[in-house]
Amino acid sequence: MALSNEHIKQRLVEKFGDQVSGFEEPYGMLTFEAPREMNLKVLNFLYDDAELKFRFLTDITGVHYPDKTGQELAVVYHLHNLEDNVRIRFKVFANVNQPDVYTATGLFSAANWMERETFDFFGINFVGHPNLKRILNVEEMDYFPLRKEFPLEDQTRIDKDDEMFGRG
Amino acid sequence: MTCEKLLGVKTPKRVDYLRVIIMELARIADHLICNSIVGVDAGAYTGFLYVMQYRELIYEIYEEVCGARLTTNIGRIGGFERNFNDIAFQKLEKFLKEYPAVLKEFENLFQRNRIFMERTMGTGAISAERALNYGFTGPNLRAAGVDFDLRVHSPYSSYEDFQFNIPVGTTGDNYDRWLVRNQEMWQSLSIIEQAYQKVQEFKGAEAEVYHADVPEYYLPPKADVYTKMEALIWHFKIIMGETEIPAGEVYHSIEAANGELGFYLISDGGRSPYRLHFRRPCFVYYQAFEELIKGSMLSDAIMTMSSLNLIAGELDA
Repeated sequence: MALSNEHIKQRLVEKFGDQVSGFEEPYGMLTFEAPREMNLKVLNFLYDDAELKFRFLTDITGVHYPDKTGQELAVVYHLHNLEDNVRIRFKVFANVNQPDVYTATGLFSAANWMERETFDFFGINFVGHPNLKRILNVEEMDYFPLRKEFPLEDQTRIDKDDEMFGRG
Repeated sequence: MTCEKLLGVKTPKRVDYLRVIIMELARIADHLICNSIVGVDAGAYTGFLYVMQYRELIYEIYEEVCGARLTTNIGRIGGFERNFNDIAFQKLEKFLKEYPAVLKEFENLFQRNRIFMERTMGTGAISAERALNYGFTGPNLRAAGVDFDLRVHSPYSSYEDFQFNIPVGTTGDNYDRWLVRNQEMWQSLSIIEQAYQKVQEFKGAEAEVYHADVPEYYLPPKADVYTKMEALIWHFKIIMGETEIPAGEVYHSIEAANGELGFYLISDGGRSPYRLHFRRPCFVYYQAFEELIKGSMLSDAIMTMSSLNLIAGELDA
């Protein structure tokens, strides 16, 4: 029997009650969120459950939402159940002043570098990570380049008028 | 293709088949280099020089199609920038005619070569379980015995129309990785033949289709811009940023030559994505290198590294 999104949602709600929330299905992929202290519990449950079996970690990445006060940084996990070929997306949100999230390296070896990359670009502090250092940027860097505080275009240029580009 | 998923653009069959040709050619070009480099690291330089000639031929096909050789840039939302020309098809035919004999000879040089076998068998091995835990995908995972291929499991670009096998290894060592890649090249060749046949079956106006009918995301040909009102309007709108992409988030992945190449895109409307993240297969499985080489000889480490097929440009994308 193929695993339906509805069923996954039901199992999660049974287990965690109202702590898992924000269920959505953009383009067919079940997406939900949980408080950041819960991330390992949820990942463990998804991994160990005899029905769900989300045992393949596809991707970890971060997103910065400067407007969401107290929940500025998101960590997004993409998980894959290879047997039933179902993917889900799981998010936790953290405060930008104290972005502590538990590491998933105990569960997935693949999480090691993915978390280092996320730390490198967003400054998310993965608690318990064996070697949380910058991985792609130079070590002397003292900021996190993919946070939204850095505008896309060079602000010192004056020859570009936003009005003329339909963005005024 | 991620954008197409976000926008709900349906591509015509001919576009899908042409894309399959391009993607499988890329797979052959990649595997050729990887497998011959493993040979170079074992001291067999001949194979590398020999197959390079045919990688060159693949580049020439690309050159005819889009002008670039390595960094192919013909893909557009909904199709291609322009149609393939006749020379591209002629070169493709030449490739399809000559390449099987070359691949056979390349295979003969290595596959049952005693020195090569002794150097590669049992080195850099990984179990299926560890490979999955490390997030392996593509040929490296299949060499460890897991039959996971996105072309079959979640087909994109009409891969479901083709008949092909997924080669799977057992031990996950360097030799199995070599065998899997080698066999995949034969399969790719057969896919290209099928796709080319399907492309030739289109008749009349259908045989000229090279993009979907989505004028709002697609720059019209320059000649039309000067002569047709509608094309001029679309040209203006696209260049001046008046076309918008719906807000949403989407993850799409394809079976690239190295494994699952994923694109995670968050759009908040407007012209540029809010967040775009690539899942690069190389980056994910390079972590396992430390575990793969532990306790083996230094010379084996070099071969293991080439047989994992790490592409620097992919690592830090």
